[in-house]
Amino acid sequence: MLSSGLTLIFSMMGVLNFAHASFYMLGAYAAYQVGYFTGFWPALFLAPILVGAIGAVVERYGLRTVHKFGHVAELLFTFGLAYVIEEIVHLIWGRAPVDYRVPASLDFTIFTIFTTQYPAYRAFMMAISVSMLIGLYLMLTKTRIGLIVQASLTHPDMVEALGHNVPRVFMFVFAGGAALAGLAGVLGGNLFITEPGMAFAVGTIIFVVVVFGGMGSLPGAFVASLLIGTIQTFSVALDYSFVNLMHLVGLEITSESMFYGLSTITLSQLAPVLPYMLLVLMLIFRPSGLMGNRET
Amino acid sequence: MMNFAKNNFIWIILVAVFLVLPHVFSQSFALSLMTQMAIAMIFALSYNMLLGQVGLLSFGHAVYYGLGAFFTAHLINWIASGVIWMPISLVPIFGGLCGMFFGFIIGVITTRRPGTPFAMISLGIAEMVAASALMFTAFFGGEAGIDTNRTAGGPLMGVSLSSQIQVYYLVVSWCIFSIIGMYAITRTPLGRMANAVRDNPERAKFLGYNPTRVRWMSMTLAGFFAGLAGSLYIINYEIVTFETLGILESGRVVLMAFIGGIGHFWGPIIGAILVTFLQSALSNYTEAWLLYFGLLFLVIIMFSPGGIAGLIAKHEPVMRANLLGRLVPSYAVVAATGAAMLLGFVSIIEMIYHVESAISGREPMNLFGVIIDPSSSVNSWLVVLFLFVVGTTFFIKSTRIVGKAWEDLGPDLQSKGLL
Repeated sequence: MLSSGLTLIFSMMGVLNFAHASFYMLGAYAAYQVGYFTGFWPALFLAPILVGAIGAVVERYGLRTVHKFGHVAELLFTFGLAYVIEEIVHLIWGRAPVDYRVPASLDFTIFTIFTTQYPAYRAFMMAISVSMLIGLYLMLTKTRIGLIVQASLTHPDMVEALGHNVPRVFMFVFAGGAALAGLAGVLGGNLFITEPGMAFAVGTIIFVVVVFGGMGSLPGAFVASLLIGTIQTFSVALDYSFVNLMHLVGLEITSESMFYGLSTITLSQLAPVLPYMLLVLMLIFRPSGLMGNRET
Repeated sequence: MMNFAKNNFIWIILVAVFLVLPHVFSQSFALSLMTQMAIAMIFALSYNMLLGQVGLLSFGHAVYYGLGAFFTAHLINWIASGVIWMPISLVPIFGGLCGMFFGFIIGVITTRRPGTPFAMISLGIAEMVAASALMFTAFFGGEAGIDTNRTAGGPLMGVSLSSQIQVYYLVVSWCIFSIIGMYAITRTPLGRMANAVRDNPERAKFLGYNPTRVRWMSMTLAGFFAGLAGSLYIINYEIVTFETLGILESGRVVLMAFIGGIGHFWGPIIGAILVTFLQSALSNYTEAWLLYFGLLFLVIIMFSPGGIAGLIAKHEPVMRANLLGRLVPSYAVVAATGAAMLLGFVSIIEMIYHVESAISGREPMNLFGVIIDPSSSVNSWLVVLFLFVVGTTFFIKSTRIVGKAWEDLGPDLQSKGLL
C-alpha cells in the first residue's frame, strides 16, 4: 500500500531515483525528530516539507550538474546519494532504531474482522495515501501545473520556448517527489521500524513495482503496487508447497524422488522471491509493463 | 624480439610490477590486500565490458561473480572428496564457464532493452537471485555459506596453495590472463561492434548487426570473467556466503568501475586498486569510510564523469607538449586549499562520530595526532569548523586559478596541434 505513493512520483519525475527510498527514510527520521519537539500532528506536515526542501537542494546543486551527462549519470548519482544519505543518518541518529511510535490518539482498534483487529492507524494511513493519490492524479491531469509538468518531461525545449523555467519545474517535481516519499516515511516509519536499514528494505521493491506497472504510467504503478502488495501478503499466509499440490492430484512425492528439496519449498518461503519472479515473467511476456506504453 | 618488446611494452611492465610487488611489500597484510586487488581488477574490468564497452549499466553484476564462487566452492569440495580430479589452479576456468552460462541465460531476458530499463531489470534479477540464495540451502549453504579447502587437490608442480604467496601468484597469473583477454576482446570485431551499439544502436542496426545480440554476447563474456573472479575469490578466502552475490557487492563494482573511469580500458584497474585499498585501509581507521566513499563517488560523477582515468588522460596532450610545468603552480594552490578543506571536513565528521558512539563518547580522542576532547571543548569544534569554512572558500577560489591555467594553455596546445 505504502509503495504506491512512492512509485507514482517515480514515473512522473522522468529521472529514476535510487535515493527515493532514502527520502522515505529521511521522512521517518524527520518526523521522529520534529515530533519529538512538537508532537505527531505538526510533524505530519512539517517533515514532508523538510524532506522536500532537502530534495530541492539535491536537485539544484547535484542532479542539475549531472543532468548534462545523461540518464546513466543521473541514475548513478542517485545511487551514490543513497549511500551518503544512509551514512548521514548513521551519523546523526546512530545505528540503532529510534523510538518513533504511532500517536496515542490513533492507537486503538477501529473494527474487527474474524478476530483480526484492524488498527485505526492503518485506516488513517490508507485514507491519507488514497486522498494523496487522487489529489495528485487530479493535479497532474486536470490543472495547469500538471500540464506544464507533463509537457516539461516530454518536450522540455518547447516548454522553455513558451517561457517556463524548465529547470525550476524539474526542481519542484523532484522536491514534490521527495516530499511525498517523506510523507510515506512519516506514515510508515512508526508502523514499521525507523532504522538506517529501512531505505534498503523498501528500495528494491519499488523498482519492481515501477517496472511491473509500466514505466511512466500512473495507474499502472498504482495497480501494480496493490497487486504486488496483496500477492506478497497472501503468499506469506499460505503454507502450501508443490508436494501438497501433487497430493491433490493424487501423486505422492517422497523424500527419495528427485528435486525433493525443491518441491517442498512452500509458498510462504517463496514470498520474498515472488515479486522478482513476477518481474522477470512480465519482462518476458510484456516488456512494456502492465499498463506502460513508453518503450525506452 | 626488439619489436615484440616495443609493441607489448605496457604488458611487460604490468607483469613485472605484479611479480616484483610481493618482494617490495612482503607483510602478510599487504600480500592479502594485493590478492584482493587483483581479484577486484578482474571483476571491475568484466563489469566495464558491460558499462564501458556496450553501455549497459548493470546493478546485478555480482550475480555472476557469486554464482561462479559458489560453483567453484562445490567443485573444490568434489575434488576434495575424490569425485573428480583436476588441479585447483585450473578450477577458475570452470567458475568462469559457470558465470558465462548464467550470463547467457539471464542475458536472454535482460539485454532486450538498454539504458535505464536494463539497469532496473538487472537489479530485479540480482534481488531475485540473492533472495533465492537463502532458499536453496543445499547449493548456497544458507546463512553460513559454503567453505572449502583450497589445498585439497594436493600439490601440482610444487604449487599447493598452502601459503598466501602461492595464492597471490595464482591469482595474479589469472589476472594477467584476464586483463590481456579482455583487452584483446575490445580489439575484435565484436568489441568494436559493442562500442558501435553503445554509441548508436540504430545505426548499428542499419549496418546489419543485431544490437540485442551484440549486447547478449558481451554479457555472456562479461559473465565469464566475473565468474572467474568469483572463483579466485573462493580460492583466496576459502568461504563464500550469500552476501557475495548480493546487492552490496554489485554496488561495490559499480563504484570501482566508475571511480576509476569507464571511458578507458585501464580505468577500472585504477578504481579496483583504489577502492579495495580504501575499503581495507580506511575501514581500520574510521567508521565513516562508507560516507567518504559515497561522497568521493558523487564528486567524481558530478565533476569528472570520466573518472580518475579520464582526469589522467586529459593531461596526456599537455605532457606531450611539455607544458605540464605550467599547470603545477595552480595545482599546488588547489592541493593546499583542498587539503585544508578536507582536513576540516574529516575532522568534523570524525568528531561527530566520536561523540555519537556510546563507548568512547566521553573520552578524549586522537585526531591526526592531536589529542582533543570533543565532548567538552567547544574550541576544538570552532577550530575545525573555521578550517573547513576557510578551506572551502579558498578552494572554490583556487579552482578558478586552475581553470585559468588551462585556458592559458589552450593556444599553445593548439599551435602544436595537440588539441
